[in-house]
Amino acid sequence: MSEKILYSYTGIFDTPDEIIHAAEKASEYGFKNYDVHTPYPLHGMNKAMKLPPSKLGYVALVVGLSGALAALLLMFWMSAVDYPIVIGGKPFFSFPAYVPVMFEVTVLSASIATVLTMLFIFFKLPNNAHPLNDTLYMKKVSSDKYGISIQAEDNKFNEADVRRFLEDCDAKEITAVYYDKEEINYKHKILEPKFIGFLLFTALLTSGVTYFTLNKLLYMPPFDWMMEQNKLNPQATSTVFDDGFGMRKPVEGTIARGFTPYSFSGQPEAAEVNLVNPLPVSKSVLELGQQKYDTFCSPCHGYYGEGDSRLRGQFPNPPSLHSEKIRTWKDGRIFHVITDGQNIMPSYSSQLTVNEIWAIVHYTRVLQRALNAKESDLQ
Amino acid sequence: MSATQNVDYQKKELPKKFQTVGTVLFVIGLIGVIAAYLTDGSRSAFNNIIMLMFLTSIGLGSLFLVSVEFVAGAVWSTPFRRIPEFLSSILLVLPIVVVPLLFKLGDIFHWMHPEVVEADKILTGKAPYLNVDFFIIRVIVFILLWIIFYYFITKNSKKQDTTFDQSLTKRNIKLSAAFIPVFGITISFTAFDWLMSLEPHWFSTIFGVYYFSGSILAAFAAVTLIVVWLNENGYLVKGLTKDHYYSLGAFMFAFTNFWAYIAFSQFLLIWYANLPEETFWFLQRWEGSWIYFSIGLIFVRFVIPYVGLISQPSKMDPKRLIIMSVWLLFAHWYDLYWLAMPNYSKEGVLFSWIELTFPLMAVGIVILLLVQLSKKNNLVPIGDPKLKRGIDFRL
Repeated sequence: MSEKILYSYTGIFDTPDEIIHAAEKASEYGFKNYDVHTPYPLHGMNKAMKLPPSKLGYVALVVGLSGALAALLLMFWMSAVDYPIVIGGKPFFSFPAYVPVMFEVTVLSASIATVLTMLFIFFKLPNNAHPLNDTLYMKKVSSDKYGISIQAEDNKFNEADVRRFLEDCDAKEITAVYYDKEEINYKHKILEPKFIGFLLFTALLTSGVTYFTLNKLLYMPPFDWMMEQNKLNPQATSTVFDDGFGMRKPVEGTIARGFTPYSFSGQPEAAEVNLVNPLPVSKSVLELGQQKYDTFCSPCHGYYGEGDSRLRGQFPNPPSLHSEKIRTWKDGRIFHVITDGQNIMPSYSSQLTVNEIWAIVHYTRVLQRALNAKESDLQ
Repeated sequence: MSATQNVDYQKKELPKKFQTVGTVLFVIGLIGVIAAYLTDGSRSAFNNIIMLMFLTSIGLGSLFLVSVEFVAGAVWSTPFRRIPEFLSSILLVLPIVVVPLLFKLGDIFHWMHPEVVEADKILTGKAPYLNVDFFIIRVIVFILLWIIFYYFITKNSKKQDTTFDQSLTKRNIKLSAAFIPVFGITISFTAFDWLMSLEPHWFSTIFGVYYFSGSILAAFAAVTLIVVWLNENGYLVKGLTKDHYYSLGAFMFAFTNFWAYIAFSQFLLIWYANLPEETFWFLQRWEGSWIYFSIGLIFVRFVIPYVGLISQPSKMDPKRLIIMSVWLLFAHWYDLYWLAMPNYSKEGVLFSWIELTFPLMAVGIVILLLVQLSKKNNLVPIGDPKLKRGIDFRL
């Protein structure tokens, strides 16, 4: 223990009224460097201590205005200078749209700045070496007592006078608080080995844990959620087959599920003779046919099969479906053309199912009948 | 029950000059209003609407403040609760202010002409609500409801001055709780009826809230003005402090912000959606000299009171409070003018002696009412059980 220096004289009171009167007396007496400690904020204490109004409001004002300005500049830069995009037909710099964001940024920056300024600049936290820490006085005033602490650095401070002053105020316990000069002046040095070691340890720990989590743990079952499986993904190289292709052709003589093989490929005449439309002519079939026709056939053949492509000449127009030749074709032949393709028309067997093609055939008949009605239809 | 409260209140007569000033203003205003109606009937009718909405704001808003005090059990405003009570007596003169309008309805409201409604699909669709009979029924029922609540709430409060009966407070709490929903619905529909339906094709669901925000602000401004003046001149109970002033100022500040929030929300949504059936209302106020008036609204109603009331000392300084509350009352009139007048004069802002007579008469009416009521009643609810606690109120 080195030399002890007097920090302050403290007095303890039992009720809020007493402490307010004590604070009033202290400010009247002319003390400047004194403080009052209570377990909770007391109304009227500012007035009793004759404290000037807090300057904290100005921090909020300045930071809030800067926040508003920063938000305005940010949005101006982003949406009018750096990357202008028309949004909703509004001008690039449209102030009303910025106002909500400016408002939010103002509130956010002002409140955060106020709290941080209050804690670290006004309250001077963290202050581990304050002389009042770890005193009986501080223990009492932070639970159920009210205390005043008059500091030795005050101009009017005089041990005997202050003791008498506190006695006059009817303070319950009067104690002097001393501090250790070395302890109070002790500063944690930045380059202390302990501190460097702690920093290194923390850095290593956090980066190690992060590396392990992101690069190792996520690839271990069950944390990988079946991301890695013993199968070949499309386009991947195979180690099993000699040619190295992961994607294989189907085994000869097999067909894929739900796939019906077409046996008349390249034989239109045989298809015309052998294939019969299995679907009945019903409303639902015709509606299906119309829907599929409008989707897949109409871009070239036109909605009414007249060969009036709506591709605006970017593609050769197909012949009309109302020609004598096609009207006299049997259903099987039209089925064949759709399934196998003809001339420049590709096969549609991968887009349409067998039933859908047959439904289109029925719908084609409807279109043909509509343009070339028989006498009997008109009666 | 008859425990006389130990408060330092001596009833003092208001100076005679108030009676004189009120009478002079009222008479000049009345002569001006009659002359205005004789020179330009429909323009006067629009001004009359502004006056009606202004008086409704203060009267109904004050009654709302009284009822909120009862329902919330607030104590800070009890020592000067009589002032909003006096101000809500404006509700009694509303029927007289409405009467000239009833003769001019056709000039004001486009939708009151059956042939116009028939030719217009939108107005036909709105006809079940916007028709003359229902409109007049609404006006009468609303004013009647307000007067009934005014009568009972203030009667109980006055009775307490002599009987010191605490159960009267309880009765008023129940009355106030019943009044608040009535207030919310009627003030919205009043705003729709008198202000929004001036342009019947336009609609804004937040309009009721817009008028509410301005009304409460105007009511607070009127209460602050009178309370601060009376207290500085010693007409109120002893012991009112800066904390009471601060609360009044803080409310004015808060509602200035609330108004700006609502007004901007209304504008932003319409601006963003850009629907022609909504934007034309703002575009109308952006044409000719209205553009300056509209931009002025932002400053008159928001920026100036915001800056004027933002600091703590400004809310505690009686002089500044009086200046700001007078300013806010002016701003409320300005706002109502901005809402109503562009429907009459599409080309630009109109201002002449006609626009001046109506505010003069409104101010005259309010002063005369206050003087009359202060003769018969205490300016402080001396029988209220919350009075002492209200005086002891500290922030």
